[in-house]
Amino acid sequence: MEPQARTLVDISGSHAALAGRADMVLERARWAAEVFQRYDRESTMAIADAVAAAAHDSAERFADWAVRETGFGVAAHKKLKNQLTSRPLVDFYRNDDYVNPRIDEARKIVEIPRPAGVILALTPSTNPIATLNYKVLISLMTRNAIVISPHPAARECSVDAARALGEAAMDAGAPDGAIQIIENPGIPLVEELMVSPKTSVILATGGTAMVRSAYSSSNPAIGVGPGNAPVFVDSTADIDKAAKRIVESKSFDNSALCTNESVLITLEDVDARLRRSFKQAKAYICDADDVDRLRRYLFHDRGFNIECIGRDAAWIAQECGIRVPDGTLVLLAPIAQIGVEEPLSREKLCPVLAYHVVKRRNQAITQARAVLRLAGAGHSAAVHAMDEQVAMAFASAVEAYRVVVNTPCTQGAAGFQTALAPTFTVGTGFYGRSSIGENIGPGHLVHWTRLAYNSDASEYFGNYRGLKPGFSGPLPEAPSDGVPGSNGYRARRAEADAGVFSGVTREELRRMIAEELRAVLRK
Amino acid sequence: MSEAKLEFLDRSRAFWNPGKTQDWQDMGVDLVIDRREGYYLFDMDGRRLIDLHLNGGTYNLGHRNPELVEALKAGSARFDMGNHHFPALARTALAEALAACAPAPNMVYTAYGSGGGEAIDIAIKTARHAKQRRKIVSIVKAYHGHTGLALKTGDDRFSKLFLSEDTLGEFVQVPFNDLNAMEDALRGRDVAAVIMETIPATYGFPMPQEGYLPNVKKLCEKYDALYIADEVQTGLMRCGELWACTKYGIEPDIMVTGKGIGGGMYPIACTCIGEHCGGWLTEDGFGHISTGGGAELGCIVAMKVLEIVQRPEVRTMVRYVSDYMRAGLDRIMTEYPDFFIGIRQHGVVMGLEFNHEQGAKPVMKNLYDNGVWAIFSTLDPRVLQFKPGLLMTQADCEEVLRRVEIGIGLARDEVMGRHRKSA
Repeated sequence: MEPQARTLVDISGSHAALAGRADMVLERARWAAEVFQRYDRESTMAIADAVAAAAHDSAERFADWAVRETGFGVAAHKKLKNQLTSRPLVDFYRNDDYVNPRIDEARKIVEIPRPAGVILALTPSTNPIATLNYKVLISLMTRNAIVISPHPAARECSVDAARALGEAAMDAGAPDGAIQIIENPGIPLVEELMVSPKTSVILATGGTAMVRSAYSSSNPAIGVGPGNAPVFVDSTADIDKAAKRIVESKSFDNSALCTNESVLITLEDVDARLRRSFKQAKAYICDADDVDRLRRYLFHDRGFNIECIGRDAAWIAQECGIRVPDGTLVLLAPIAQIGVEEPLSREKLCPVLAYHVVKRRNQAITQARAVLRLAGAGHSAAVHAMDEQVAMAFASAVEAYRVVVNTPCTQGAAGFQTALAPTFTVGTGFYGRSSIGENIGPGHLVHWTRLAYNSDASEYFGNYRGLKPGFSGPLPEAPSDGVPGSNGYRARRAEADAGVFSGVTREELRRMIAEELRAVLRK
Repeated sequence: MSEAKLEFLDRSRAFWNPGKTQDWQDMGVDLVIDRREGYYLFDMDGRRLIDLHLNGGTYNLGHRNPELVEALKAGSARFDMGNHHFPALARTALAEALAACAPAPNMVYTAYGSGGGEAIDIAIKTARHAKQRRKIVSIVKAYHGHTGLALKTGDDRFSKLFLSEDTLGEFVQVPFNDLNAMEDALRGRDVAAVIMETIPATYGFPMPQEGYLPNVKKLCEKYDALYIADEVQTGLMRCGELWACTKYGIEPDIMVTGKGIGGGMYPIACTCIGEHCGGWLTEDGFGHISTGGGAELGCIVAMKVLEIVQRPEVRTMVRYVSDYMRAGLDRIMTEYPDFFIGIRQHGVVMGLEFNHEQGAKPVMKNLYDNGVWAIFSTLDPRVLQFKPGLLMTQADCEEVLRRVEIGIGLARDEVMGRHRKSA
């Protein structure tokens, strides 16, 4: 008979067990982070590149898997997102150095990067792999350890993807435990992870409840609220292009990204032309009855029907009993009001775009502000206009920290057709009750220790060029005395001298190396 | 020292153990442990100590590990010690859990003691029954406990006092790392078993030379003796694998685990027995009886211990703690090369060697004064036992190294004088 390890007394749901599990994962990450800080830039970037390559290579496999597991989105688009969040992401930051000190001779200040330590990353079901890739890579580039807590609906693909990235990282020399994932992420366990003093910062992407919970944890948090992007199409816009771009944006991964346009606002004198352009761009314009059906289907008493997240337009139309032409990419739903009484003016993570016509530009701005007041404060907005005064007026009025101009908002606000930082965590800033108002990147995972000299011009400033902290790399492996093959251990001298004062002179180094060589030769 | 502590020490002398109580005062260690948590001990006067003694791995997972406390609490809602005669749910469950992770594939049985010594006695009795011989070979300065048979395997430091040393020539001791002596002892084919701590703890962790342990096992096979692995201090991940003997490529016939297996929460020890030498369990299952051995509450705790130590995170952390401590100690060794002369290490089993025959005692005292509790090796006081916990945090490791550097420096000055030879 085979022996089985059985549980007679199950404590797995107890606070002690949950806290114990969380603590163990986080402490392993803390060790990894501590060792990671000893790495120089070259080895850091080699790890990031290796992991990015692994993510890139498996982009398609995990895109298919994510769609299969969650039912959200379009596999081809997810593949693209998975790719964008791998090699191109690392390339985007390649010239930013988060490892070596920065010297500002004019201000007599030297800045030394200090990684956060342990990043607790919450990843969503809508963009599970792209978000995971992105959070892993910005953590690695900054020599942080990351613990990923995936959305339960995307657990399986996330666990597999994280394991693959973890292996790639280890193969490239990353410290053991630099990438970990919670395999059974129940809410109580995630809460333990969030409140642990061993978590340095929570990087929360997901639903409002979870993001608020991250902020309530007492730990530093970078959380992002939901989106609900208003898009204004002005009379000065290139109407055909605007329609095309909006359709491209809304149909990209079927609007599973929170940067997708939610409510379109345009002017009376643009309305007819814009509708024609939309039709050409394969958008279907709903009649009043269709809109009723859509409204009832998309919004329950409990809120948005998550069944529709990332579903394509034809599927949604069919579910609602709306007949649409073949190849329809987006459903346009004209609405007369914006606000609490019109659910369609809320966030819709599907290719349904509310369509609202106003009389004047300033009314468009008022309505756009109302959209964001309803939901999505601090997130994204878009404007299509050739007149920069219009863009300026719109952008300075709406409470969004990124307003993309003449660009698909889904991609543009996330930094994929604009020069904004490519991200899967859009900082919703103070408007969105968040700590950061820009696209989150590696820079947010590092703080800097500043050596500041006396600013008096007559006071001396040191020559810091070429000076670096003691990058001593991975810990040397301790011996297992007596185990076959372990006889070779000798204390690494560089290690012996590394420490707070690692100012070993060249001469001393030369002497040490010579000594070691002599010792080897004597053997 | 507080009035309260002075008075308490008087009571300890009066009612518990006058000699031991006084010896500690004479060594300058006036510790009376009160509160304890994680790897911290708090003296009754409130002073904090980081525990690197861990009672030989008993507190591998920390003092009052919350998961173990919870397991014990939850277990006591259903179980007590149990009845030692009957098939018992928890006892069998733990035996299965041990069989599933044992260092040899046929190690299917577990017999229970309430402590390591008793489990060693069971191991020796089992071997004697299996081989129908009385002779047991151990190493000089061995330490396997204080019970009847275990005591006789060890140094006479503990047996003579009680007139309990072997007088019949049934317990033979040979020097550690000496294969010729071992072969001489076994050659007569009259030995039931060799009993071997994978790394002798109380002897200051002298490390087996490469090939020594596997060759001892080979000699056992050659001369038809059993190999008993005493994994009380080296098992449960302390050497980076669940059982240290695995690292040396040994599949023992019998293995004993104790101390840490009870997590410091409920005393229990286990003798894991290969099917080929567990004949008495079939022949006369009532042959060995222990009311307290394998108490079911202890089994519940032990199962939790086994589950925890086999988590992948623990493996990583043991690696980090051993590498980090070693790197730090190597550095400290270069500061005091005339005094701190060696490190014996396998995982988080470490012995620090000092250049003085009693060198570890002043180090112990100065570490104690600096907030670290680590104990000298009774049978080799040149060596300090340095035993960090499996789950030690980086912050605590750094804290230990900071204090150890200071403590060793002070001890060196006491022993060798303030003037330093230029290195």
